[in-house]
Amino acid sequence: MTFHLTLHQILFLAAGAVTLGAAVMVVTRRDVLQAAFYLILSLVGVTGLYMLLEAPFLAAVHLFVWTGVVATLIVLAAVLTRNPMRPGSRGASHRWWAAALIAVALCAVLIWTTRTVVGRPMSHDWQASPAPVPEHSVAALGTALVDPDGFALPLAVTTALLLAGLSGAAAVLRKH
Amino acid sequence: MVPLEWYLILAAALFCVGAYGVMSRRNAVAMLMGIDLMLCAVGVNLVAFWRYREPTAVTGQAFALSVYAVAAIETAVCLALTISLWRTRNTVLMEDTD
Amino acid sequence: MSTTSILNLTWLIPLFPFLAFLGISTFAHQKRELSHRLAIAGVAIAFALSLLVFWAAATLPVGGGESAFESSLVHWFTIGTEQFTLGVTVDPVTAVMLLMVAPISLMILIFSRGDADIDTDRRQSAASFKDRPSHTHFCAQASLLTASVLGAVVFDNLLALFMFWGLADACTYFLLGMSYDQDSTAQAGLSAFLTTGVGNLLLLLGLALLYASTGSLAYRDVVSAETLAHLSDTRFLGTPYSTATVIALLFLGGAIGKSAQFPLHTWLTESVAAPAPALVLIHTIATGPAGAYLLMRTFPILALADVGVWMSAVVVIGASTAILASIIAVAQNDIRRVLAFSTVSQLGCIVTALGIGAYVAGAFHLITHAFFKALLLLGSGSVIRGMKMGQAEDGKQESRSRRQEGGGDAGAPRAGQEQKTGVSKTEGFDASDMLNMGGLAQRMPRTFWAFVAGGMALSAFPLISAGYWSMNGILSYAYQRDRTVFWVLAAVTGLTAFYTMRQIGLVFLGQPRSEAAARAPESAPSMTVPLLVLAILSVGLGWFGVPEEFPVIGSIASNWFHPFIGSAFGMTVVGGQVGEGARQLAEVTVGFMRRPLLIGSALSLGGLVLGWLVYARHPLLGGLVLGWLVYGWKPLQAGEKDRLETGMQRVWLGWLYACMRERFYLDHLYRVTLGRGVILLADVLRAVDERVLDRATGLAGHAARSLSSISAWCEDHVLRAWVSLVGRAGRDVSQAVGEVELHVVAHLTDLVRLGTRALSELSAAVDVKVIDRAVEGIGGTVKAGEHFVHSTETGNVRDYLLRAGLMVLTLIVVSFVILFLHI
Repeated sequence: MTFHLTLHQILFLAAGAVTLGAAVMVVTRRDVLQAAFYLILSLVGVTGLYMLLEAPFLAAVHLFVWTGVVATLIVLAAVLTRNPMRPGSRGASHRWWAAALIAVALCAVLIWTTRTVVGRPMSHDWQASPAPVPEHSVAALGTALVDPDGFALPLAVTTALLLAGLSGAAAVLRKH
Repeated sequence: MVPLEWYLILAAALFCVGAYGVMSRRNAVAMLMGIDLMLCAVGVNLVAFWRYREPTAVTGQAFALSVYAVAAIETAVCLALTISLWRTRNTVLMEDTD
Repeated sequence: MSTTSILNLTWLIPLFPFLAFLGISTFAHQKRELSHRLAIAGVAIAFALSLLVFWAAATLPVGGGESAFESSLVHWFTIGTEQFTLGVTVDPVTAVMLLMVAPISLMILIFSRGDADIDTDRRQSAASFKDRPSHTHFCAQASLLTASVLGAVVFDNLLALFMFWGLADACTYFLLGMSYDQDSTAQAGLSAFLTTGVGNLLLLLGLALLYASTGSLAYRDVVSAETLAHLSDTRFLGTPYSTATVIALLFLGGAIGKSAQFPLHTWLTESVAAPAPALVLIHTIATGPAGAYLLMRTFPILALADVGVWMSAVVVIGASTAILASIIAVAQNDIRRVLAFSTVSQLGCIVTALGIGAYVAGAFHLITHAFFKALLLLGSGSVIRGMKMGQAEDGKQESRSRRQEGGGDAGAPRAGQEQKTGVSKTEGFDASDMLNMGGLAQRMPRTFWAFVAGGMALSAFPLISAGYWSMNGILSYAYQRDRTVFWVLAAVTGLTAFYTMRQIGLVFLGQPRSEAAARAPESAPSMTVPLLVLAILSVGLGWFGVPEEFPVIGSIASNWFHPFIGSAFGMTVVGGQVGEGARQLAEVTVGFMRRPLLIGSALSLGGLVLGWLVYARHPLLGGLVLGWLVYGWKPLQAGEKDRLETGMQRVWLGWLYACMRERFYLDHLYRVTLGRGVILLADVLRAVDERVLDRATGLAGHAARSLSSISAWCEDHVLRAWVSLVGRAGRDVSQAVGEVELHVVAHLTDLVRLGTRALSELSAAVDVKVIDRAVEGIGGTVKAGEHFVHSTETGNVRDYLLRAGLMVLTLIVVSFVILFLHI
């Protein structure tokens, strides 16, 4: 069997390795701040994946939202809630093996499902090379987002959700 | 070309790593990071399907954008709760909130 | 390897110092030795590669329409539908710039090693040593700076140039900020960043305009004939000026900011307290030459600008900088300040040269200036080091003798040494004040001769120094082009010679004027060897640029530089579609003319005052000699004021001298107007915020509150009435229903009761036997299950999460099993 990797595949493997490796570090590091930085690394890996999927706009949005907003908030929270951990304490709870078992089982089920459905010889259209991305997909996305026949309603709902969430967060944090 | 399968498997693995993080960490902020990993996996899944099944439509990307919005707001709310918890009880470990 | 494949690898040149920077920052953070070796290795490899590239470039066919070497392009990034590509271009200008940057950087790194070494030996002595910034930090920054400058030179479009120069600006800021023992230098670092930022802004506007007009920023596109024609023909926004003029003016603005032209020069001259190696990097490689290099690269566009506007702009700025700075330099007492103003002045000369079209001469002077200015600055670093060590020696000596005497008067000078020790002990002893030096020629001979070589080059000493050939190249061109510019530049030459000789006389000749100077030792070889190398280059580089028509020498050392660089220019102006100005400038090889050459020599040998005499007959009087006469013949005694100062005071020009010494108060002016102005603006905005915005939010709060009180009233009065109404209605209805029930429904229920009693008696029999037992069984299992589930109900949040995860998993498995059983 010939072992032949195209550049695209190599890049995917690299990005995937970075993402997964960093993700594993996120959930195993005891120091929350370290985990936060590994999270940022993992997010950068996902950005690379988006670029490989030829969605540069989404990659940029991902980077801005996740690393700029989310990761910043997390780092802030990690720093603000720092408490010297009690000696001998671990990062994971006492039933971590149960959690690992469930996670692994879940992963196995998902992967098995994927291979069965997507890799089935009957559903040949899943394996064919994808159609090329149209030229102005970003412009089309923007138009669709505000088109009343398109995604204007979900956009409005999301905005309302954001407002509600922010008000809630502010209310929770208000000092009495 | 990278088969669609690989992306889905990667997303599944990422999701499960995130799930493990949520279920097993003691620090609330660390749990939140697990949730964020899961949401990332969801996003990757969405965009992979968009790319391979229907690249001419923008539905996939719009959906992914909604997911980002939800993720951002969820992070903000959870962190607000965490900080509030920190203020009142001076701890962020979940076992102290049982 | 073929020539083209070598040239394809040119991008490796900036890579190695960059790798050194990465290596130092991550691994060698605390290890001095390792970081130093890494930095030198990075720059040395870059130097070797530069030599290779230079050889390859020199063997390319030159002349007449051949384009410079360009590598294959790499797709850089895409914005929307625009593609940006990145490639490497190697033309003669690139090649000589590479050869200038790499060796100077190497010399600086070797020199700084000597600087740092002495540090570790003498840590117990003078207090200022303790505050020395770390050497590893310097190595890292120097590597990054070298890498970014090399990158700016090597890549093929203006956007890359802009980015890399921006990186170099950031490195300048870091290097200046490293000397935290001097507050003014850290301030200067910030002001450097801001001032070059103004230049960057103008440059960016120029780039934007260029891009909008032509759609590309790569060199080959920008200097093609069609682009140039388009730029010179289109008018800018309806004004009578062509686009090319506006772009050229914007680039000039960029050059002003970056190369410290007047009025944005204060950052360069205030930053002199930085360590010598850092200072050299800034003056000779980084931001100093940046503006001039930019003008060189965009020369074809500049050539197209409307001659009247352009010439006046360039002349006003460049020439006035040159002459102003050289006037100020005459009155400076800090050895490094003199050199700083000298740099500003020389950069002004180069900018003027490029502006009036002396492309080759300007380029040549840029390169030779880099070498001898580096030599002079490193030499001054060596001198200051010597003075500080002398001061330390002196301090040790003094404390030793004081102990011997059993403590006496703490700071009083002893009898018999009064003349010499007046200033050594006091708090404000400045090791770089030239009035405290003197007689160092005997104490530091190697530094002395190197400094003399550099000084001669700077003042364009005839025949043997590189500065002579390059400066006269400029002067000859100016003579043909515009007499006013010529005389201004000639005046600059004379003043340069004067203050150089003043500097040499004050520092090296005569007797030491302070105890520190008397004890100054010569510097270590790691510092003097770079000085020696640079001295040889300062003399030798000149040979490359001798015009052919020069008697005797011209025929021996053929002029290699002019055609080499000139071919770069010729390559870029293709076709005949260039404007009037460009056609005049197309004559690149500088014609040799006897007059300007002699004037230049004379002024460098003479002074401005005796220039015209010299031109006629006597080539040995004048500025250099004047300087020697004033300062060297009878060197200053200790404590004596500067002779020029006393001389000027005698003719009631003392105020002018004070002005010169204070740099015409420009930096004070900036601090007062801009600094206070910005703070004032901030205060105004804060007041606005407090008064206006807070009131507005208060109003909004009031509105909300009144709204809520309205709704409360509503609730009180309106809703309550409604609720009671509904309640009363309900009561009436139920009363009616009750009536109905009594009479009709009661009978029905009696009947039903009878029936059910009969049925229940029947089922009781069945129930007891069978159903009871079944129910018990089920109940048992359920209880067991409940027990099991209850055991996981620990009250623990995470255990609940585990349960949730388990349930999700089960759900997924079950659903997929069902799905697949069907399919």
